[in-house]
Amino acid sequence: MSTTVEAMDKAMSVMTSAELASAQHSRETVGDFTAAEPRMVCRNVDVWYGNKQAIKNVSLDIGKNEVVSMIGPSGCGKSTFLRSLNRMNDTIVDCRVTGSIQLDGEEIYDKKLDPVPLRARVGMVFQKPNPFPKSIYENVAYGPRIHGLTNNKAELDELVEASLQKAGLWKEVKERLDQPGTGLSGGQQQRLCIARTIAVSPEVILMDEPCSALDPIATAIVEELIDELRQNYSIAIVTHSMQQAARVSQRTAYFHLGDLIEVGETNHIFTNPQHKLTEDYITGRFG
Amino acid sequence: MNNTPSPPPASDAPRRTIDIVNASLKRRYARERRFRRLGAFAVALGLSFVVLLFTDIVSKGYTAFAQTYIQLPLNLSAEVIDPSGSREPATLAAANYTKLIRDALRQQFPDLTERQALRRLYALVSVGAGDLVREQVLAEPALIGTTPELWVLADDDIDMLVKGNIDRTAAPEDRRVSDETIGWVTQLEQQGRVAKRFNTIFLTHGTSREPELAGIAGALMGSFYTLLLTLLLSFPIGVGAALYLEEFAPKNRWTDLIEVNINNLAAVPSIVFGLLGLAVFIGFFGIPRSTPLVAALVMTIMTLPTIIIASRVALKSVPPSIREAALGVGASALQTQFHHVLPLALPGMLTGAIIGMARALGESAPLLMIGMIAFIVDIPSGFTDSATVLPVQIFLWADSPERAFVERTSAAIIVLLAFLFLMNLAAVLLRRKFERRW
Repeated sequence: MSTTVEAMDKAMSVMTSAELASAQHSRETVGDFTAAEPRMVCRNVDVWYGNKQAIKNVSLDIGKNEVVSMIGPSGCGKSTFLRSLNRMNDTIVDCRVTGSIQLDGEEIYDKKLDPVPLRARVGMVFQKPNPFPKSIYENVAYGPRIHGLTNNKAELDELVEASLQKAGLWKEVKERLDQPGTGLSGGQQQRLCIARTIAVSPEVILMDEPCSALDPIATAIVEELIDELRQNYSIAIVTHSMQQAARVSQRTAYFHLGDLIEVGETNHIFTNPQHKLTEDYITGRFG
Repeated sequence: MNNTPSPPPASDAPRRTIDIVNASLKRRYARERRFRRLGAFAVALGLSFVVLLFTDIVSKGYTAFAQTYIQLPLNLSAEVIDPSGSREPATLAAANYTKLIRDALRQQFPDLTERQALRRLYALVSVGAGDLVREQVLAEPALIGTTPELWVLADDDIDMLVKGNIDRTAAPEDRRVSDETIGWVTQLEQQGRVAKRFNTIFLTHGTSREPELAGIAGALMGSFYTLLLTLLLSFPIGVGAALYLEEFAPKNRWTDLIEVNINNLAAVPSIVFGLLGLAVFIGFFGIPRSTPLVAALVMTIMTLPTIIIASRVALKSVPPSIREAALGVGASALQTQFHHVLPLALPGMLTGAIIGMARALGESAPLLMIGMIAFIVDIPSGFTDSATVLPVQIFLWADSPERAFVERTSAAIIVLLAFLFLMNLAAVLLRRKFERRW
């Protein structure tokens, strides 16, 4: 088996990416995609945009109190996969998801399941900081308010403070909660978005390249924050930075053209990749 | 980059790129200068036309805001006005004030006794002058029993004469005012009894066959009721339609068809909407014609495409990241729209709505079809009173032969333009106010 894979990879290194795509239809995932204590269980997930298949037969678990990072070259489908975990893809016309994605044993693509509460349970932080054009306080208070998580103003104040504390932003903004969230710096805005996400106490947090618009100092702060958040939440993070994946995650999944090529312990993936494509990518030969 | 001229390259050496660039530079700058000059010329031309328009209208119309009055000592004797002494409004209103004015006029010219000449003398004052004096007395009953010097409204021909619109030196057969009348007016002027005073009638009265009694209040109120109802109907419907089409409707052949049709409707000549209103609202539903209600319904259909298109553009310009952020914390689609997308799109929607309203305010063609062209003297006080609107009033006055209606036409245009200007200003201010929070 391994010899045939190697032979295919050798042949592929001289192919164009389009040929690669057609030649590599049903590739087996290398490594163990299951987690010890899974929160989200994805099995044989296919995602289609119209006639184009963006995700091919991907199976992956996201475990309790762990950070799973998803890496891979641009257009490999890692963001698509991430967005299918809280049905954010529903907003895209022509997008179809097949296979099984379960959150705590519950099928999230079940017709009877309402995506609105699902998104409260599976929060999301986006690539570009996108605070609401409202005050800092309102940004954090919005989620709890629409879900009715608090009974009175005092509780809401408390929750807002706690969320900002957890996001490491409280000290910087406590004097100006009534000022617009859009007036903060990029890194502060992203932490505000994280505070907004954790204010509704999700079970899983999805992060789509949360640091790609931030400078190294802000990135370091957010990475530290991710590590702290791991104590309470399961986190799936898409990143372009392999260093970031190595720093923050316990497990790493490598995507390539819609396939999940390899998944495993982060340090194993980066020190001893099993698959040729993974090795090429992390050693910087392409991507 | 080095811009200093380099020595000419040897004929066999290849030309350096910078030399080629420098050679074409002059031509490129010249082209840019030409284009800029053309642009400045276009702006200047446009502005000069605007200035021309405004100067013409204002120079013709500003005189209508002053009106000629003749000061006469009116003998408001209690025996004539209020024989019973009860001071009841009904009694006071019933008195013949026109006779009092005529008596006062006769006193000024005691030599005149011939009936024909007296009739010509009485024509110095407006036929409505008595009614105006009655209003004054009713408002101020203390005048009864005194002989106050009251300002009595002059006839429109006298008004034109005093304003210099009738040439006193022209041949008598070429002017509407006879030598005899000019003599009387001159005599009154010498006594300081003729003056131009601010024309409150123009702003407080409905229209009239007599120019000096004609005002725009009726048309203004008609326009107000029509626009108010149009806004109340078209803004919610337009925004709702835009929201549904842009954010909720499935993208398929039907919605494409609807979109094409909305764009087509925006380009339909407005008179067609008038025909539709006549056939559907008046003919089928039996809504009374000439009313702000039916006018507003027609205007609503007419402005809806504008508002829908503007609202959809405003919704499209809201960044999708805001929608994702709201959905990401678990807001429902409706909450996402109403809490986040709509507030951001509102300035654009308001601008679209006000521009649609401004178009509705200036529209006359469709209203002609639904009876708004009727001659209505009363000032409307509701949505189902007969009414006319400003542009139609302008059209009616422009059609009238009296010289005094010319300046009233222009004055009404000034008022219409002032309202359009205010509405556009409101659009700009609203946009700026809401955008600051963005």
